[in-house]
Amino acid sequence: MTNLWPWLTLAGLGAFHGANPAMGWLFAVALGLHRKSARTVWLSLVPIAIGHAFSIAVVLAVVVAFGAVMDLRSLQLVAAAFILAFAGYLAIYGHRHRVRVGMRAGMAGLAVWSFLMATSHGAGLMLVPSVLSLCLADHAGMAGTTGSLSVSLAAVAVHTAAMLAVIAAIALIVFTWLGLSGLRSAWINFDRLWTLALGATGILLLVW
Amino acid sequence: MTTWRPDPSFYPSPRMAAKAPKETFAYVAAFDPDRQRPDAIAVVDVDPASSSYSKIVGQVEMPNVGDELHHFGWNACSSCLCPNAPHPHVERRYLVVPGLRSSRLHIIDTKPDPRNPQIVRVIEPEEVAERANYSRLHTIHCGPEGIYVNALADRDGKAPGGIFLLDHDSFDVLGQWEMDRGPQRLAYDFWWHLGHDTMITSEWGTPDTFENGLVPEVLLGSQYGRRLHFWDLHTRKHLQEIDFGEEHQLVFELRPAHDPTKAYGFVGCVISLRDLSASIWTWYRDGNQWAVKKVIEIPAEPADPDLLPPVLKGFKAVAPLVTDIDLSMDDHFLYVSCWGTGDMIQYDVSDPLSPKETGRVRIGGIVARATHPKASNGALNGGPQMVEISRDGKRVYFTNSLYGAIDPQFYPEGLDGWMAKLDVGDNGGISFDETFFVDWPKGHRPHQVRLEGGDCSSDSYCYP
Repeated sequence: MTNLWPWLTLAGLGAFHGANPAMGWLFAVALGLHRKSARTVWLSLVPIAIGHAFSIAVVLAVVVAFGAVMDLRSLQLVAAAFILAFAGYLAIYGHRHRVRVGMRAGMAGLAVWSFLMATSHGAGLMLVPSVLSLCLADHAGMAGTTGSLSVSLAAVAVHTAAMLAVIAAIALIVFTWLGLSGLRSAWINFDRLWTLALGATGILLLVW
Repeated sequence: MTTWRPDPSFYPSPRMAAKAPKETFAYVAAFDPDRQRPDAIAVVDVDPASSSYSKIVGQVEMPNVGDELHHFGWNACSSCLCPNAPHPHVERRYLVVPGLRSSRLHIIDTKPDPRNPQIVRVIEPEEVAERANYSRLHTIHCGPEGIYVNALADRDGKAPGGIFLLDHDSFDVLGQWEMDRGPQRLAYDFWWHLGHDTMITSEWGTPDTFENGLVPEVLLGSQYGRRLHFWDLHTRKHLQEIDFGEEHQLVFELRPAHDPTKAYGFVGCVISLRDLSASIWTWYRDGNQWAVKKVIEIPAEPADPDLLPPVLKGFKAVAPLVTDIDLSMDDHFLYVSCWGTGDMIQYDVSDPLSPKETGRVRIGGIVARATHPKASNGALNGGPQMVEISRDGKRVYFTNSLYGAIDPQFYPEGLDGWMAKLDVGDNGGISFDETFFVDWPKGHRPHQVRLEGGDCSSDSYCYP
């Protein structure tokens, strides 16, 4: 049962990422409102989830690749240093970036947008401690990169499933019942929470 | 500068913004046409319950003289809530105030005390020239990628004019906006359809053709602006140009529909070379292209040449000179300033290709010199010019100066500044608020008006 916590963490982070309006549910709702179509909302969620999953997968692939040539402690320290530097950058400079996708976005545009948003917000980095602990547990049974890869893929799947469930639920509730007036007060500063979460991730890796 | 929650003045949709609380202050750009004393942003009390209603209750002077303050805007607005570029945890707090003549940018903080705004940063023209290669700064809009500023000329005062970006937070000049400007050379106004990823720009002329007043030869040669340009807002590429033809000169203020699902808007053309009429055009989506249609033509009025300035004497008529327009938040009413005749006209534009006049008042005017119930002098000069509408559409504010060097061409005896306000009936119709009239202090002339919390030309929206 000790093995369950990393999976729950991955799912929890999926829910956390999904709840952030900047990660896609709001875009899906907006497109649904523009095109007066609930179907558009549902369809939009798919490329948003794919873009997010791809961003996470790229980050985890890099970690696994480094894992193949580094011992665990060095990997943790390098990852911690990178994540803390990234969190510091976000704290100082904020989440500013060139806007490449607008309200006429198609499915491909949404996937690219979601990939860029997840990547520039460091979504995948938050998952590193959970995936490392899973790989570590896995090492006991079947060592090597193959094992780490399959664990990482499973991690992406669990995280994305949780994220998709949350963005679907929020999009449904907002599109069907609530409307957008609540955005004015309920949209708390996720950017700040993310920066804090990334800082915590880095520290966790450091003191492991 | 970041906050935990969105600024309360941000609204997802124009429908919600129309229910915003009433404004209590108006910020008004005021400039000295003689360039002897500093220009200022004045704070006018527009709260009818206040004892200082209709009075200037504060102002902040610029650090230099000769800026010619003209248009200005907010650092952040409702477009911060857009889903594709969300950054709503900022305050609508700073006015971004350019000098049209000096090319200097002032960042003014309205927060600690809205009656006593303070300059917190000045961006010198050299920095704008160095980083964006532009000068003669004109219009400000907050938008998806930061604060957009347009400029009527390049750093040497020549064409092309264009747009550059300022950072939302630091106000640093980020650089030229355009990636591919196509045939666009002249600049005047710009705005966008966020729901259609489209930027629209209009045209005036290069500084050598307006900084000493309008040049008759350039006008009669149809060398001032007469085109609209349509751009992809995100790839920043020029898509389409529409030429209004040789007859039409000075294509100025752009007012796209606030509802982001609608793909149409209105632009005013100051003068026709054929008969001095002014016109309003609607742009709209026609298949895969943009198209325009002239939907309103306001004729010149015959007049005694003795009452006319030299530039109009030979024509024996007053040109209406539509120099500004503004569209209500619900896209229902269009207000049209006729700076020449002195009319402010309200049109029902719920059918954008077929407007209907629903109200008209007259104040000032080249020949009419119509007065206001609260004005002490019985013959006002200047005419309705920069116009701004409250978010709920119930109140309309306007001032009477156009541009330092052009005012005396049409009002040669001098132009005394004033600001007036209209009340709007529930189903249209306009009338003067007889208790609101600002007899502007001598030495300054008032130009653009911005209302506390946002108005009908300050914010754009991503949700219908």
